[in-house]
Amino acid sequence: MNKYETVFILTPVLSDDQMKEAVEKFKTVLTDNGATIVNEENWGLRKLAYPIQKKTTGFYNLLEFEAEPTIAAKLETAYRRDERVIRFLTFHLDKYAAEYAVKRRNKKAAAEQKPTEEPAEAPVAEVTNE
Amino acid sequence: MAQTQSEIRYLTPLSVDKRKKKYCRFKRSGIKYIDYKDPEFLKKFLNEQGKILPRRITGTSLKYQRRVAKAVKRARHLALLPFVTDLMK
Repeated sequence: MNKYETVFILTPVLSDDQMKEAVEKFKTVLTDNGATIVNEENWGLRKLAYPIQKKTTGFYNLLEFEAEPTIAAKLETAYRRDERVIRFLTFHLDKYAAEYAVKRRNKKAAAEQKPTEEPAEAPVAEVTNE
Repeated sequence: MAQTQSEIRYLTPLSVDKRKKKYCRFKRSGIKYIDYKDPEFLKKFLNEQGKILPRRITGTSLKYQRRVAKAVKRARHLALLPFVTDLMK
């Protein structure tokens, strides 16, 4: 079992429900192939740094999972077949990245327990500036 | 004052070329992994056109320069950072 991280950008034309449904779809693609999802994050609607398919915003979603190496290819075919996905990135986490991911998750969990609602960016900035 | 005649005296102390030694910030602060999800941090390693700054300017060690480059390229792919731009900062 290896650790992987995947981020995908969905078109901004979707409604909130449609967006959640699309995320669920990719989660089931993963779980059906024997992956365990460790973490999921929804960064919400963000502005893109440059237009992709003539769109300037997109819904960012992040999934961390543990799986066998063959699953990444299956996930990427699912991304390619789905027109709602405008960009995706999947990669294997090395040991430093895995350490960092755990730290980031714990920080996020701690932030959620407190009433202070912070977007996903804030904890990242703290970690990298340490 | 025979002594001062031979010496050259300046109104302002001559600036001796003492540059601060550059260092690798990742080595010094013990950062092992550079996150592509934090574009604000990665902007420290880009010029205003969005190009990656060379090691001779930032002082990053080779090992971490490779990781910076990888993180920047991932961020660009996900449209967190632009490929080309003007006046980024």
